[in-house]
Amino acid sequence: MENLLEIKDLRTRFDTEDGIVHAVNGISYTMGHGDLLGVVGESGCGKSVHALTIMRLIQSPPGRIESGEVWFDGRDLLKLSSDEIRQVRGHEIAMVFQDPMTSLNPVFTVGFQIVEALQLHKGMDTNQARDRAAELLTLVGISGAKQRLDDYPHQFSGGMRQRAMIAMALSCEPKLLIADEPTTALDVTIQAQIVDLVRRLQQNLGMAVMWITHDLGVVADLAEFINVMYAGFIIERGPVRLIFKETRHPYTLGLLRSLPRLDEAPGTKLVAIPGLPPDLIALPKGCPFYVRCTFRIEKCQDENPSLEPADSSQHFVACWRWQEIASRSIQ
Amino acid sequence: MSDDNSSLVHVRNLKKYFPITRGGIIQRHVGDVKAVDDVTFDIIRGETLGLVGETGSGKTTVGRTILHLYTPTAGQVIFNGINLTQLKENELRKMRRQMQVIFQDPYASLNPRMTVGSIISAPLEVHKIASGKEKQDMVQELLRMVGLNPDFVNRYPHEFSGGQRQRIGIARSLAVVPDLVICDEPISSLDVSIQAQIVNLLEELQDRLNLTYLFIAHDLSMVRHISDRIAVMYLGKIVELADRNEIYLHPVHPYTQALMSAVPVPDPDIAKKRQRIILEGDIPSPANPPLGCNFNTRCPFVKDNCLKEDPEYREVKSQHWAACHFVEDFI
Repeated sequence: MENLLEIKDLRTRFDTEDGIVHAVNGISYTMGHGDLLGVVGESGCGKSVHALTIMRLIQSPPGRIESGEVWFDGRDLLKLSSDEIRQVRGHEIAMVFQDPMTSLNPVFTVGFQIVEALQLHKGMDTNQARDRAAELLTLVGISGAKQRLDDYPHQFSGGMRQRAMIAMALSCEPKLLIADEPTTALDVTIQAQIVDLVRRLQQNLGMAVMWITHDLGVVADLAEFINVMYAGFIIERGPVRLIFKETRHPYTLGLLRSLPRLDEAPGTKLVAIPGLPPDLIALPKGCPFYVRCTFRIEKCQDENPSLEPADSSQHFVACWRWQEIASRSIQ
Repeated sequence: MSDDNSSLVHVRNLKKYFPITRGGIIQRHVGDVKAVDDVTFDIIRGETLGLVGETGSGKTTVGRTILHLYTPTAGQVIFNGINLTQLKENELRKMRRQMQVIFQDPYASLNPRMTVGSIISAPLEVHKIASGKEKQDMVQELLRMVGLNPDFVNRYPHEFSGGQRQRIGIARSLAVVPDLVICDEPISSLDVSIQAQIVNLLEELQDRLNLTYLFIAHDLSMVRHISDRIAVMYLGKIVELADRNEIYLHPVHPYTQALMSAVPVPDPDIAKKRQRIILEGDIPSPANPPLGCNFNTRCPFVKDNCLKEDPEYREVKSQHWAACHFVEDFI
């Protein structure tokens, strides 16, 4: 089957007083219909910026999409006019943001905000839209949905607001839902509710989900595929099991080792990754992970490895020494 | 609870209520937010006691009330044999030399107009520990101890990354060589690879300086890694307290069970296999907690008695405390 989303060599830059910030540096990948992709990385790795680039939500200036193609359902989103892209946003690709407190408008009722989207994209009249909005709130697990339509966002708890955001995102039955750190602001028991909900919706509605997070635990549970990002590059990509069990990139390996394990012996020390991520204004010539990498060789300083197929199909890695990592000749 | 000398801190029936008032000039007291509602526990000398709970469970308030940054509504805090509740303000200030705190937000907890040197030397001046050359030497030594370059004394906080700022906060709290350090979510705002660096540093310093930690956090896997014992809070009360492995492997309170099962595990094999308990609903408001057991609105095992009677917090096994009427069913 044809891919739902195909990204080719995407680059996003921000022009700032201090220089050009290289936020996304030539990433390419594909997503199939109904896929559940986890995008993992730390602050400033470009995971959110790349999603905003797909949606063409990068403010310009200072931001600009320097190059690349974003093929979605047979069209290059980067070539659409602003009217055309508005039809895609919300309607075909919907997005849920991290902070449910600020992404709902506090002066309108929750119901009004969902109804608005339905009227705009689906051309429903007010009554139809209200009925549908209540259905959607029920779908995401808000009880007494009909009454709660007239509540304002402050009358909802954090978890409920995030559910309302998801309901709004689902209102036009998008083919792709991009969830940008949707549970970071929530408590673990509420996070478990939201993860469970998204998984059910993905299975029942057949929509593709891109889940952006810094939490490896959440994607281990939820995602089918994972992109690991670092300094605006995808440095490893593959099915979830291979990323966790047959890790090939030193950075991914470092992230996994810096997490406490449930089966660890008392007194075990965590293996921290030394140093800090590189400055995106002055990216090094070679591998962006060079200065922090324990496996670095001279070649890494001069040449940045590109994302190449590793030892199993669907598994890609950007490291000169992945074979040695695979054979455990370096650890 | 043991009353021997092994305990550095005894907390007995501690309560902290924040009054809710109505009216402009003449304020009426109309209720209380029961942030901490009758908690009793000990902190053993040299241990790390983890304190976990969701937003609004009162874990931060417990930490601050122990330090008497908040005056307790009722109950006692006995620190090193001294009853803090009976001390006058100036006596308390002297006591605080022995009790320090590391805050969550490394951006908000450092004064942006002060240099790193003056931030770290402030406690040395307040407590008249050192001055002049001696003070400068101590500041440099502290910087070295937390892994920062001693030449950074004249820099300002904005020149540092989040992890480095947290190191500055740690150096400041250790300047007075305290016995007890209350770590209030010290790693929550940091990236995964940096979290491990800070946790390792805290562990190293504990060994070196014989520190006792109260480690407040909501990230359960990290708490389990660093703690010797763990207390779980829910809506102002401690619902369970036990050894780190005991509480993870054999939780007896239904809330702890749900909480442990909701922790994301960064391992797809384990994540697929394990049973998750998804709690319904949200944590109720501490201004209006439910009658009886405060967990009865979300408990999957709720029975009649739970709606009427508040369960007693008791030692259900050796060194394992819990507050549930039906604990025996779960052991």
